[in-house]
Amino acid sequence: MIEFDQVTVTYDGAREPALRDVSFTVPEGELALVIGRTGSGKSTLLRAINGLVPHFTGGTLAGRVLVAGRDTSECRPRDLADVVGMVGQDPMAGFVTDTVEDELAYSMESLGVAPDVMRRRVEETLDLLGLADVRDRALTSLSGGQRQRTAIGAALTSHPAVLVLDEPTSALDPQAAEEVLAALQRLVHDLGVTVVMAEHRLERVIQYADRVIEVPGGAAAVSTGLPAERMVTAPVAPPVVELGRLAGWSPLPLSVRDARRAAVALRSQLDSAAPARPLAAIGEELGRCTDLVVSYGDVTALRGVSLSIKAGEVVALMGRNGAGKSTLLNALVGIVPVRSGTAMAAGTDPRRTKPNQLVKAVGLVPQEPADLLYAATVADECASADSDFKVPAGSCRALLGRLAPDVALDGHPRDLSEGQRLCLALAVVLCGAPPLLLLDEPTRGLDYGAKRRLVAILRELAAAGHAVVLSTHDVEMVAEVATRVMVLADGELVSDGETAEVIAGSPAFAPQVAKILAPLPFLTVGEVAEALDRAS
Amino acid sequence: MRAVNHLTLPRALHPGAWWLWALCMAVAASRTRNPVLLILILAVTGFVVSARRSDAPWAHSFTAFLKLGLLVIGVRVVLQALLSTRSQGNTVLFTLPEIPLPDWAAGVKLGGEVTAEALVTALYDGGQLAVMLCCVGAANALASPRRLLKSLPGALYEMGVACVVALTFAPQLVTDGRRVRAARRLRGRTRASFRTTAMPVLEGALDRSVELAAAMDSRGYGRTAQAPRAQRRLTALCVLLGLLGILLGVYALLTDAMAFPFAAGALAAGVLLAVAAMAVGRQRVSRTRYRPDPWALPEWLVVAAGAVAAGAMVTAAAHGVNGLLLAGPLVVPPVPALPVVGVLTGLAPAVVAPPLKSPLKKAVS
Repeated sequence: MIEFDQVTVTYDGAREPALRDVSFTVPEGELALVIGRTGSGKSTLLRAINGLVPHFTGGTLAGRVLVAGRDTSECRPRDLADVVGMVGQDPMAGFVTDTVEDELAYSMESLGVAPDVMRRRVEETLDLLGLADVRDRALTSLSGGQRQRTAIGAALTSHPAVLVLDEPTSALDPQAAEEVLAALQRLVHDLGVTVVMAEHRLERVIQYADRVIEVPGGAAAVSTGLPAERMVTAPVAPPVVELGRLAGWSPLPLSVRDARRAAVALRSQLDSAAPARPLAAIGEELGRCTDLVVSYGDVTALRGVSLSIKAGEVVALMGRNGAGKSTLLNALVGIVPVRSGTAMAAGTDPRRTKPNQLVKAVGLVPQEPADLLYAATVADECASADSDFKVPAGSCRALLGRLAPDVALDGHPRDLSEGQRLCLALAVVLCGAPPLLLLDEPTRGLDYGAKRRLVAILRELAAAGHAVVLSTHDVEMVAEVATRVMVLADGELVSDGETAEVIAGSPAFAPQVAKILAPLPFLTVGEVAEALDRAS
Repeated sequence: MRAVNHLTLPRALHPGAWWLWALCMAVAASRTRNPVLLILILAVTGFVVSARRSDAPWAHSFTAFLKLGLLVIGVRVVLQALLSTRSQGNTVLFTLPEIPLPDWAAGVKLGGEVTAEALVTALYDGGQLAVMLCCVGAANALASPRRLLKSLPGALYEMGVACVVALTFAPQLVTDGRRVRAARRLRGRTRASFRTTAMPVLEGALDRSVELAAAMDSRGYGRTAQAPRAQRRLTALCVLLGLLGILLGVYALLTDAMAFPFAAGALAAGVLLAVAAMAVGRQRVSRTRYRPDPWALPEWLVVAAGAVAAGAMVTAAAHGVNGLLLAGPLVVPPVPALPVVGVLTGLAPAVVAPPLKSPLKKAVS
């Protein structure tokens, strides 16, 4: 269905090609998963499938890309619209109309599909993706999962043979991600659509993949293979695979269910062991909310939240999209007005503190990291961060070197990949070393390597007496780094306790290792490895 | 009877019908300065809006237009008080300190005596403008401009898309600006500069437009436009000239700025040009339309109700019926029978327009 033949893509003005000598085929009806580090060229590869590269982006494409027998060098993306459906990273950015039904019909209108056929296909798609209840709703009023499903539906109504998705679940909470993946599963199984999808969150998708396309970036060659084979040696792997490798299971299980069936022996071996968790050295109180109420117009974002954050803690803030996580973080830096109650950060009232003093008390990496970046090159950005936060020259660059070693210092911050841009924003805020550090969804678009480096840095900061609060949907990251978990629902704090207590028993928030080894209280592969060490 | 002709079967009325009705009500308001009639027109539009608006975000715009109308009246009255002369009457209400002006501004007075006649005249004039604004607001609340653009003729499709994209981006820019200003605090900066405010917002907007363009390209936008460039340009030019002609004609007819034959001629020529251009343009467009809004009996009735209201006022004005314009500012406004009946006809859409589907009922069934 899709055939890449010695494809090399070079963007205008770039010294190195973004993709080098790529050859692979994806047969009809397969779900192919594209993996690789951030900025390794996954998006370029996906966009080459429908001709956006090079027709839309510019640059040169050497070699040949065939999709359903059509050569993309001869067809513009619009001429391939009936064969390839494309879903971008941010569904909101690609919406043309303002209600769900109109959005579903848009591609068909452009293609000139007959009205009665259109009507039928829209109804079918609404049912297929479970959108019938929201058919008349404005797109802006949808939840993240509903938006993503609408975007998929909009690409599907023109009945393309190929569906291309760029990180469809990275911004979604676990439940919404499940919905989207279930919908994709149906497309592949029932309708025989060929799906090509890039995703960092392997733990969510690897079990559904028929084929893995690894884009290592740089000069290394792109390679393909079966998921179970590739996972044996892959440098990045989800916890279920790492546990399988540790226990020496063969064939390597890719889903929690398979792993659970293989783990009977491991569970009895670990039966009496308990994970050793170093106690967090809890210090003075750095963040505090008492009966905090925040509302936007007639929407109440937070209703009566009280909490306390102490030095040495890493607190994970979890909950559905729109539960009030971002609002809580923003209230702690004084960006949103507080209706009643108080929010204090490191002993200061953030609403009444001058910005240059506030950054010495609390730092926030916002959801849109690009908002923090002004300079024309990465090096300039680092230099201006050093002077903003009055730290020795070079501090920010050193931090960036640790988080993302391969960022080009003379590049424009906007040209970085989403993950790299986040690393830069993180480095900018971290170089002020504020006592209370807040991170709003820091793992969106990060690969496993960057996540591991982020975990190391957060642990270091906590050990040095900082308090860290991160809002995230990434349960594996929470299991690795958090000492405490708070769950928000509909603006209220519904649980607040130690990580193991809160997430282990929850069906939505439990990490893979906890699901495989339940009822044993293990959360991460590291804890299991250590317990096995002690036992032998 | 066909389903679309039912008056009580829930469906959304054609946005064009709402806009025509609202414009007719505005025309009616433009014929009178009688406060009784103006308030009646406002009440009629307000009642129809509250009876037939949806719960979509844009449906709340009527209140915003009401506030804008109050502002217009306020500005008008304050300015009149400052610039008041005795030309309208002699009932002095109070005296403001007069500011002496240089010789070249002779004839203009700032401050001084303020007469009741001047204030009341300003109130009525401002009221007329405010009511016309509220009519536009009513159209906005009943049918979003986007839906109206959707039912544009095929030849105007590209222009419509450009408008829709602009309508989405304007509010987005405001949100972006707010977010970027908040983020500046996080860098410890107090002072705003072009680089730290406008640049991120503009870059963000540019990024989004590029993304949207990529998405539209991937979804087949512009796939069917295979007409030669010259023909496309010609069609667009004809459409624009035609619309200009229509605009000129309507303006002239309503304001008596031009002689009747000339105004009518401009209107006719405009309509002819526009229709011809659209007929030519339609041939090259092979896109189809999903669930186009039907134009059936309820639409005709709604437009007719508006037309009766506007017609009654325009005829009354043309025949010099008493009570449309007041004899003097301080008289008690009369209640002329024909215009009142005409305006009340404008209430009909509250009944003849089909009700909207209510989400609550849907859940029950």
